[in-house]
This record gives sequence, structure tokens and C-alpha cells, in this order.
Amino acid sequence: MSDNDSDIVKDFLVESYENLDRLDRDLVGLEKNPKDNEALAGVFRTIHTIKGTCGFLGFNKLEKVAHVGENLLTRLRDGQLTLNPELTTALLGMVDAVRQMLGSIEASGSEGKRNDGKLIATLTRLQQLPEAPAKSKLAPVPESTAEAVASPANIGDILMQRAGVTAAEVQFAAKTQKEGDPRHMGEILVEQGAARPADVVDALRVQQSSRAQATASDSTIRVDVGLLDKVMNLVGELVLARNQILQFANRVQDTSFLTVSQHLNRITTELQEGVMKTRMQPIGNIWGQFPRTVRDVALGCGKEVNIEMEGKETELDKTIIEAIKDPLTHLVRNSVDHGIELPEDRVKAGKDRTGRLSLRAFHEGGQVNIEITDDGAGLNLERIRKKAVERAVITAEQAVRMTEREIFNLIFLPGFSTAEKVTNVSGRGVGLDVVKTNVEKIGGTVDVQSAMGRGTTFRVKIPLTLAIIPALVVTCGGDRYAIPQVSLIELVRLEADEVAKAIELVHGAPVYRLRGRLLPLVYLNQELKLAADARAAKERDGAVNIVVLQADERQFGLVVDEINDTEEIVVKPLRKQLKTVKTFAGSSIMGDGKVALILDVLGLAQRASVVTETRDRAMTGKATEAAAEAGEKQTFLLFAGPDDSRMAIPLSTLARLEEFPVAQVEMSGNQWVTQYRGQILPLVRLTVALEERRNRLRALLQAPPAADSGPIQVLVLNHEGRSFGLVVERILDIVEDRADVKSAATRANVLYSVVIGDRVTELLDIPAILRSADLSAKQPGLAARSAEVPN
Amino acid sequence: MAHSSVQTSQFCTFYLDKLLFGVELKGVQEVIRSLDMTKVPLAPDVVSGLINLRGQIVTAVDLRRRLELEPRPADVLAMNVVVRSEDGSVSLLVDEIGDVVEVEEDSFEPPPETLRGAVRTMILGVHKLDQGLMHVLNTERVCQSLERAEALAVDK
Repeated sequence: MSDNDSDIVKDFLVESYENLDRLDRDLVGLEKNPKDNEALAGVFRTIHTIKGTCGFLGFNKLEKVAHVGENLLTRLRDGQLTLNPELTTALLGMVDAVRQMLGSIEASGSEGKRNDGKLIATLTRLQQLPEAPAKSKLAPVPESTAEAVASPANIGDILMQRAGVTAAEVQFAAKTQKEGDPRHMGEILVEQGAARPADVVDALRVQQSSRAQATASDSTIRVDVGLLDKVMNLVGELVLARNQILQFANRVQDTSFLTVSQHLNRITTELQEGVMKTRMQPIGNIWGQFPRTVRDVALGCGKEVNIEMEGKETELDKTIIEAIKDPLTHLVRNSVDHGIELPEDRVKAGKDRTGRLSLRAFHEGGQVNIEITDDGAGLNLERIRKKAVERAVITAEQAVRMTEREIFNLIFLPGFSTAEKVTNVSGRGVGLDVVKTNVEKIGGTVDVQSAMGRGTTFRVKIPLTLAIIPALVVTCGGDRYAIPQVSLIELVRLEADEVAKAIELVHGAPVYRLRGRLLPLVYLNQELKLAADARAAKERDGAVNIVVLQADERQFGLVVDEINDTEEIVVKPLRKQLKTVKTFAGSSIMGDGKVALILDVLGLAQRASVVTETRDRAMTGKATEAAAEAGEKQTFLLFAGPDDSRMAIPLSTLARLEEFPVAQVEMSGNQWVTQYRGQILPLVRLTVALEERRNRLRALLQAPPAADSGPIQVLVLNHEGRSFGLVVERILDIVEDRADVKSAATRANVLYSVVIGDRVTELLDIPAILRSADLSAKQPGLAARSAEVPN
Repeated sequence: MAHSSVQTSQFCTFYLDKLLFGVELKGVQEVIRSLDMTKVPLAPDVVSGLINLRGQIVTAVDLRRRLELEPRPADVLAMNVVVRSEDGSVSLLVDEIGDVVEVEEDSFEPPPETLRGAVRTMILGVHKLDQGLMHVLNTERVCQSLERAEALAVDK
């Protein structure tokens, strides 16, 4: 086969695969709503194109199957047949056969040895079943309209196909036009009495929608994923080079160089975002096949299931999309197979015959959440508990102490994978351990919640992208290590005089009391068998840096020599030779050109035995119980406002806590600003924000902070894509509370007063503060971008 | 393999503990001086660390350790011979770089039966040159299954 031919075949394959995926969806949709002519025309068009192209390329077997399929579809389109489950199954069978042959063509260049006689016979039989008088009406339709459907750009063709206008009439009208009739084809046909005005309007609508489709495909191009990966890598390099230049620019006191480097910084950031976007795909791409999956599984086990999807447009990095496809499919199958009950049982339980499976995807806190909810029987708590004890996964005593949520999560354990009947149907939990492993491999988590008789929800949380991630850089044993920010909870520094008191031992195992709970401590240098770093130890002067991390629902404190900073790092996978080292997730090149390893928090936790079997988890029942309850509680950051008032914001709104020396605060107009990670961060003073409106201007006109005052405490917040710093008097604490005792606010910019940690606390209204700061400062916007140095 | 291809082939040579070694030139990406290296804790001990080769992160393998030779004296600064392997580039740490030599096929001989152990799988044979014997390295083998070497070490 010549190069040219093989290119054509490649294009044919790519296009056909895409079309087939849509076919699955359309057919299942059609089964529910057989009157959807547009969808039917789409299905017809796809099969027709495949048939035409493979005839041209000489794939005869494929052509034969597509041909009988097309015939059957013609009957459906012409309304001689109505789609029913039998027909749908046959058509889906045809789609599968086509897909198999395409796969074989891709692999070996031919359709492979196969016998589709039975399928062809079924398809032929089905198309002949109904009353045959349609014969005469069918006569003028076949090939010409098929072409028309394939490219319905011509109004005459559309009318022939949809309104029963004959070819002769169209030709006559075309001739009239050629002879100088200035009117449109439609008008001529109406005048001739060949078509009704309504038909023409209808045809014009069809024409327009097909043109719109054409333009959509004109504005996009196909790009080789390999090329995108390469561009992504190059952008990664650029980010590194940028980081190096920024470091250099900070050392050299050259304003014009600084301007240029900041310009470079901005462009790089935008380029990075742009390239990341090209790799983003809507999750709908993998969800598209689920209606078919659900249909097949439901049909197979005699159930009736409707699938609903929400948030199809939620975008994820391509590599992640690929990685979660199988786990999600597994969860969906699992929900239909084991979650939703048989129609009779549902009716007995007073539910609708048809089960409901809903998929929901949404972004939250830099992660994507995917929920798979069924309204089935739910997990049977007692049976799982019993099962776990029988299998010696947990002891009977632990079983009693474990929370509901902990018990449900037992179904993800490998021990349960081949488990016998957990719910009324069959072993719910088949292979769920594999789902968990695969999701965790890409830095995600999976969780299950269930209510007896009402259904089950699986919640998968995954990072947006794997390529460039924010990370905390720490030093230990003289080398730097990056910790992905997703696992980071908080940082604790114990000064030398506190250490002896604060770090206690439980039979030799060090722990730290973090807000009343024992936090197991893991020393990074011991885990990695690093030599002690004398220099760092001296600099630290006996102080201890604890990085509080979360791994698999457990928190632990990682003790490191030094905590450096957070940085955007480009993740490079470790080579095969190092894959066996489970404590590292990858490597990255730092701003100074040196390589740093990225810690695999879960791997490290496993190595340090923080996370082992459930046994371990159950031992600390109390702590996890509290953590489980935290679902209803909120975490707040408490700080002191003016006059030592107690104020709070939800911790989720906080990006970081920073401390800036007064010298770093600069004035931009009347606005306090500071340079922060290559950007200018506007600082909003809480004292000013809470002033009465009339006093605010006076307060604003105050000079920059007195040079001799101590460092300022800043909460870095992100609101609607903008960053700003809120200057507060003092950080007090982080607490978890239900915060349900509320009363109305007594001053502006406060949402309401609330009881947190047994004391009345004012909850700040962040958007309102931003608005008021915007107004009073008379600046066009607080957006970090517009606040950057103009050039 | 060298003896089954054309009559002559080119080798990049280097020294390890005074022994002459060679890898086929076409498998060599580049030869560079000693670079800043990042240790990889818990890795097999033949892995010296990771180096940044113009944005590409490359694993450095201590060839002396790999071939079960004496450890390199502290005053010898290792050179990097970066070779292409199935799993991306790998840097082999050697003592000193030699010339590029062109060898004839008939100067090749497989290793003697008396060469035993793991090393045997990594040395294809020798070329008999005027300046001595040049050991021909099987780079794929050298770069592969580092963990097995570690497992062996643990067994001992």
C-alpha cells in the first residue's frame, strides 16, 4: 500500500472511531426517543460514510456489514420501522462488528478472518419483518438521498429527501434559476406547488444547522498527541528557564532587566496555561460510552436503568482522562450490576421501576470531583462488618468501634475483592481495590457513602493535571525534595525550647499534639537513610520543622531540616531503573538547574507504616471518627481583628499564610502592595476594611507602615481568580466547628457572628471586603494581572 | 552485535580501574564532564544519582559498582558517557575517556568460560587491540534490571 493510501486509511480510522463512539450514544438515545430524526440522520450518515469509504478502500467485509446496517437504517429513517430494543441490539451489534474490523485494519491492514453471516442475516431479517407495501414509496429514495444526507448543503436535495419533492421538480427549478429567475430554489418550488412553505422553512433550518456543523469543524484541527506532549515538555523547560531568570533578576539590580524578566514571566505563565488547555478534554469524552455500558449491563441482568450526567464539560488533562477511564467504567458497571435492584424489588420497596444512575463532575479546590450515585439498595453495613470480622480484616472489637464510613470503605480492600454476597445481588466490591489503586496512582482518592435502601455514592477526586503542579520544597540531608501541595495540610515550627515538651513518645514512637490530637511524626532523614546535615542542624538551632501531610485519610507530621518555599514544578517521571523506589513520585528540575526528587506522600507513609492495614486505622478510632464527622463541620482560620476582636474565615478560602517584613510593603497609589512570587499582591488592611465608610478614606491616606513595627501577618486569599492579601493583627488558630449558632452582623463586611470554639466570632465577608477595597482605592481592579508592572 | 555486522565498527572507549572498555559509538549520545548530581535515597547502590542534562533528567549508573569493580578513588572525578537505552538516556560513570577506535570484526572474541557471574551477561566479549583487550559492554544489560542487582546484593 502506498504512503498516500495508508494516510487515507489512517484518516478513515480516526474519523470512523469518533463517529462510532457517537453512534453508540445516538442509538441508545434513539431507543428512548425513536422520534429524534436528527439523531437518526446522524446515525445513518455515519454508517453511510463508512460504507462508502471502505468500498473505495477495498474492505469488502466491512462494506457488506455496513451495507445491511444502512438498509435497516433507511427503513427506520423512512418511518417504516420504529426502533425497539431488538433493533437497537442488532444495530449495536453491527457497530461492534465495524469497530472490531476497524481495530483489525489498524493492527494488520485487513479486516481479518471473520464470519459475519449471522449478524448480516439478523439485520436482513429485521429489515424485512414489517408490512412490505412501502416498496413503491421506497423506490426513488435509495442512493440519491443517501448522498444528500451525507452532504445536505443543497436546499433542493434536502427538500427531496424530507418533503417528497421529486428530482424532476428540483431539476426544473434549477433550470428556471439558470435561465435568469432571481428567486431562491425554495420559492420556485413553492410556486410550482411542489413543496409547501412549511417544508421549505424546515429545510432551510436543516441546511443551516448542517452549515453550522461544518464551520465548527473548520475552526478546529487535529493535532498529533505526540506533538502536544513535545510542546508541553518545551513549555516545561521554559518554565524552568523562567524560574532561573527570575532568581537571577532578583539578584541583579537592573530595572530594565527586571521589567523584561517580568514580561517574560507573564508570557510564560499565559503560554503554560494555553498549552495546558490544549491538553484538556471534557470528561464527556469518556462518559459518552457510559449510556451504552449501562444499557448493556442493565439488559444483561434484567434491570431498568436511566443514566443522567451533569458537568460533562468539566475538563481534565488528557493523561488523566485516559487513566480514569477504566476505574470510572468499573464503578458505573458496578453500580448497575450490584447497586440498583431488579425492577420487581424496586417496586416492592416503593421505588420507581427504573433505577437512576447519575454522574456528576465539577471542579473544586484545584481538583476535579466525580460522583457516581445510584438510587439502589445501598451497602449493607452489618454484612460488611460481619464479613470483615470473618475474614479477620478487623477484630470484633474494632468492628464495633469503627464508624459507618470506615466500614463502607472496607469494600476497597483487596480482601473484599472476591467477596461473596455483600448486598442482595452479588458481591459488591468486585475489583474495587483495583479502582482504588488506579485512582491513587494518579494522585486521586476514592470514597464511598451509602444509605440503606436509598443508594450509594462513589466520590472520586483527582488532580487537574499531572504535568505541572504546585509543590512545597523542603531540604533534608543537604538535598531538596518537593512535596505535592495536594497532600499538604499545614506547617508547624517548634522552637528549641518547646521541642522537649511538645514532642512526646508513645513507646518510642514520636508524636506531636496537634490541637489535642496525636500526630505521628516521621523523620525524613531516617526514612530515607540520609546522613545528618550538621550545617542545617546548626542553623535550625534545635527547632523542629513539621510538615503536616495527609495520606489516605491519615495525617502525619514529616520532620525535615528546612522548609524552603512553594514552587510550580514540572513533573518528570522516574525512569524504569528507579520505579521500584516507592518513596518518590518523580523528579523535577529546580530554578538553579539541579534535580530534586518529588516525594510520594502515600509511598512514604506506607514505608513509615503510617498507613498500613485497616487494623491500624481502626486502632485510632477516635481520631478518624472525628475526621469522619468533619464532613459536617467546617474548618476555620481564626485571627485577631482590630481591638483584639475575634474573627474567622473558612479555611477553604485561604491560599496561604505569609509574614512580610514591613520593609517589603510598598505603596502603589494609596494601596499597600508587596511583591509576592513574581507578582504584585495588593494588601487590604482589615482595620481599614472594617472602618465606617466615612472614616475609611482618612484611614487609607495613612502612610505606609512605620518602619520600626514588626512584620505584618497576611492571609493570602484567592477570590474569583484574583489574589490579594488581607493584613490582620494576629493569627490565632485553626479550628473545626459546626458553627451553627449564628446571629446577624453588627458591622459592614462581616457576614454574621457565629460561635466557633465556644466563643463568639465574626465571620468575614470576603467578596464584600474586596468590593469595598476596590471602590475606596479607586483602582480599576485588584486583579493580580492588572496590578503587575506596566511596560 | 559487533561480530555479526559489517567488517569494521566504531567504539567509544573508556577506562575503569585501568581496564579498557568500549561501547558502540552509534549508541552513545554524548560524553560530558562531571555534573552536579542529586542522590536518590533508597535506590539500588549502582545508581549514583540524577543529573540534569539540558532539561532532560538522566539516571547516572556507577559503572564500577555495576561491574563489581573496586570503588572509584575519591580523587578521581567521574566522566559521564551518556548512552541511549530502551528506557531513555542513561549516564554511565567512568574513570577516564579514551579514543574512538575502529575495530575489525575478526579481532572479536567472546569472553572466556572462566568469566562468571552477573558480569558475564554485561560483557559481550573483547576486541584484541594492539594496546590491549577492549571489553565490549552490553549497554542494554548494563542499564536494565538494576533492582535485580540489588536483590542479589541483598541475598549475599
